[in-house]
Amino acid sequence: MSINLQALSAQLLVGLINGSFYALLSLGLAVIFGMLNIINFAHGALYMMGAFCAYFLLNGLGLNYWFALIIAPVAVGIFGMILERTMLKWLTGLDHLYGLLLTFGLALIIQGVFQNYFGSSGLPYAIPDQLRGGMNLGFMFLPIYRGWVVIFSLVVCLLTWYLIERTRLGAYLRAATENPTLVRAFGINVPRMITLTYGLGVGLAALAGVLSAPINQVRPLMGTDLIIVVFAVVVIGGMGSIMGSIITGFTLGIVEGLTKYFYPEASNTVVFVLMVLVLLVKPAGLTGRAT
Amino acid sequence: MVDTNVADPKASAAKSQAGAILEVRNLEAWYGESHILHGINFDVRPGEVVTLLGRNGAGKTSTLKSIMGMIGKRTGSIRYENNELIRMSSDKIARLGVAFCPEERGIFSSLDVRENLMLPPTIRSGGLSLDQIFDLFPNLKERLSSQGTKLSGGEQQMLAIGRILRTGARFLMLDEPTEGLAPVIIQQIGHTISRLKSEGFTILLVEQNFRFASTVADRFYIVEHGKIIDGFANSELQANMDKLHTYLGV
Repeated sequence: MSINLQALSAQLLVGLINGSFYALLSLGLAVIFGMLNIINFAHGALYMMGAFCAYFLLNGLGLNYWFALIIAPVAVGIFGMILERTMLKWLTGLDHLYGLLLTFGLALIIQGVFQNYFGSSGLPYAIPDQLRGGMNLGFMFLPIYRGWVVIFSLVVCLLTWYLIERTRLGAYLRAATENPTLVRAFGINVPRMITLTYGLGVGLAALAGVLSAPINQVRPLMGTDLIIVVFAVVVIGGMGSIMGSIITGFTLGIVEGLTKYFYPEASNTVVFVLMVLVLLVKPAGLTGRAT
Repeated sequence: MVDTNVADPKASAAKSQAGAILEVRNLEAWYGESHILHGINFDVRPGEVVTLLGRNGAGKTSTLKSIMGMIGKRTGSIRYENNELIRMSSDKIARLGVAFCPEERGIFSSLDVRENLMLPPTIRSGGLSLDQIFDLFPNLKERLSSQGTKLSGGEQQMLAIGRILRTGARFLMLDEPTEGLAPVIIQQIGHTISRLKSEGFTILLVEQNFRFASTVADRFYIVEHGKIIDGFANSELQANMDKLHTYLGV
């Protein structure tokens, strides 16, 4: 069998793009799960809000993509923090099932509201001028915007990893994940840290939403399809590991891309097949700690 | 004025003294539905080492945790340097200069030794410098980049004590610091406590190891069934030996 390099690299690029979104979203889920012990089913809806936020900023206030890249994560992050303060914080100490039900319900409500006003079809969001066009790499044509998404996501993921694993603030976060009561008794305001952590995770989802807007259009249900795969990614990578979710996110994107090239029929299921295999062999996920 | 409902009159003599840095009055506490403290009364004066003695489950640890604000429901009064702690959250209590070293040591496995040591934020000046801490516990210096929970039990205890000395807290609560440790390390911890006392730290100790406590403490309180049932100074120890054996069942 001969390999069509151009088609293969095109699929690999698509895989890397998807991998970027998987990584940003599963990273946020991992951070939130570590600190709040909540599996955040609202993540897809918040990702969608990030994209809509970019759309409103452009069409309502005339603020372009670059502003959206900063404002949307902050705005949606604040919305997330309000959710945490008013609702999620009451889940402390309850079974995971309650967190699942509450965040799933929130996702349905948020998506329902957006569908009510914007229907189900996609709204266009143009690629910013600076990132238009493409580059001929010799073996393939690389649209600049797609290259930007991959590199920018990678940088954001690594910065988040650095923040959590290498800084003092991150040490508070890791310690509070293990023993919040004791960390609080050292004089650290743990409830505030929990709120900020949720804001951070949600902000990452919103950032992914902004990045995705020019590629996938802005749709109320854009998060629903994506989040199912992201949960599979999280299960494969193992909940709670930062580097694990980044690596698994990008890797599974690439695996999906390769499958699209070699055996397209399986491209939509390969992630789930992998999930089943991983669950059979390592129930805690590839990098997860057994609990 | 101050309620002193203590069974033994001698205990009240030992406790109602002026100038206390910590005054605990009628402290009651609950874990969920179970009522664990039933009216604890005692004082700690500045610069003292006070030890709570008692059998397992008597309420010693719960008393420390109540003072630190780590138990949800508590009533009565806990005054520290004229601040009422009974309704304060534990992060605010820590900010007043109260520090707690838990029985299980609470070393974080996802942090290395340096991060564990640097974790509690500095709350005021006057804490020990890292060099002074390494001077007390030389072992820690060589293991700074090890994972916190890879240390031996003794080293973990040194780390747990060392990290609260950095913060500038002047009132230390140590919960069974000698539990499960080798005699030579117990001795080292004893020296540390004596040295901290000479530097003006106030220490509230919970101990099962009565022999150890008698080498460092100025005064003792006996906790039983969630109450303080007796108290005496170290100098009265010999006279109270028989009673003590009965209380502790040794």
